[in-house]
Amino acid sequence: MSSVRVLVGTRKGAFVLTADGKRDQWEVSGPHFAGWEIYHVKGSPADQDRLYASQSSGWFGQVIQRSDDGGASWEPVGNDFNYQGRTGTHQWYDGTPHPWEFARVWHLEPSLDDPDAVYAGVEDAGLFHSDDGGKHWQELPGLRGHESGPSWQPGAGGMCLHTILLDPSRAGRMFTAISAAGAFRSDDAGQTWQPVNRGLRSEGIPDGDAEVGHCVHRLAMHPSRPSVLYMQKHWDVMRSDDAGESWREISGDLPTDFGFPIDVHAHEPETVYVVPITSDSHHFPPEGKLRVYRSRTGGDEWEPLTRGLPQEHCYVNVLRDAMAVDSLESCGIYFGTTGGQVYASADAGDNWAPIVRDLPAVLSVEVQTLS
Amino acid sequence: MTGETDAARMALIRVALPAHLRTLARISGEVELPVSGPVTQGSVLDALEARYPMLCGTIRDQRTGRRRAFIRFFACERDLSHEQPDDPLPGAVASGAEPYLIVGAMAGG
Repeated sequence: MSSVRVLVGTRKGAFVLTADGKRDQWEVSGPHFAGWEIYHVKGSPADQDRLYASQSSGWFGQVIQRSDDGGASWEPVGNDFNYQGRTGTHQWYDGTPHPWEFARVWHLEPSLDDPDAVYAGVEDAGLFHSDDGGKHWQELPGLRGHESGPSWQPGAGGMCLHTILLDPSRAGRMFTAISAAGAFRSDDAGQTWQPVNRGLRSEGIPDGDAEVGHCVHRLAMHPSRPSVLYMQKHWDVMRSDDAGESWREISGDLPTDFGFPIDVHAHEPETVYVVPITSDSHHFPPEGKLRVYRSRTGGDEWEPLTRGLPQEHCYVNVLRDAMAVDSLESCGIYFGTTGGQVYASADAGDNWAPIVRDLPAVLSVEVQTLS
Repeated sequence: MTGETDAARMALIRVALPAHLRTLARISGEVELPVSGPVTQGSVLDALEARYPMLCGTIRDQRTGRRRAFIRFFACERDLSHEQPDDPLPGAVASGAEPYLIVGAMAGG
């Protein structure tokens, strides 16, 4: 029988939650790396026992941890993230030029077919790659070196590269997203990049439909249709049917189209999940009701999923990397909150239950479907 | 004879690390590090990172050698954080009588 392993990164450590295919009884392991911020933990699609974790601290900087036994034990690997070539500048909050400075790794994206290969998206926005299991990291400087780079500006959370999507059907194609620069696509394994933001419109930037400058919060893709992308932008939920060449808004009847995570059902490429958040100044759900919204039509028409979720006095947030789906026959959906709850649904969102309620603020949630 | 001379020049330095770095390096209590040549903050940190490479980057920048902002260096009831890496450490540290303290700055959290 298959089982699942949920990898949770929090403000004060990592947790590993495991269950069999029923997903109703959970074992909780952790905190791993107690006291450190764990921005992301992710498993290799090519080896379910190979995990990577981004461990960081305002005092002690960045550490990358690797597990070769599914999280039972960990080893620190390489943590030297050195921008290649001329460092250059981006815009600071006040519009002045500011040199690129490494702060932390936000997102780790293991290769689809090589357990030793992994990408890292970092703040200040840059993309790094390791082909030796995280021991050494090389920047792919074509992204940071894009001609628009000097105009990129940080969002409130810093200028982070938070999303990395690998196209499983087209070698060398990958997507990244940066707050607040936008979405970018490479067709040559990260050597060169083009902004793919046509159709986005953002208030709060001088040219609302500029090529770059948009605060993209998250991208999602279904592996069977990698040219269809979904986006949760600062405001607006968007969809592209042409690998990012153009976007259209699919917010439809959502109560608010502000939010952070977005994800796609494992077996239904037109079934999409978001967690609407009141606004950029009220980072909690509308009316104090925690509702996941599901569209089974690829957007525009959305239904609230509430069963088992708090429907009063709930003022948590769900961050961009804190939602994931498993690939069991009945697709499981998982998300974590800034209040420390991790909720799971074993039936595609119809019913929810907390796995844990009192963790530190959850930064990221990933899930592995184990054979 | 040469070996004996080198050994005589090798100082054994006591280093105390903050709890998070002891956990990361999987050590408990103080570390005793043999340091050859002048005993400076730089030579002690070089020896520390050589023995515990997982500490590289957690105390000082891997390229510039600059102390991380929220790290402090204390010894003999003195704050050495703003001294130069090549400045000699106090004699009591060089003789092993006093530890060299690497401290996480008090800053919330």
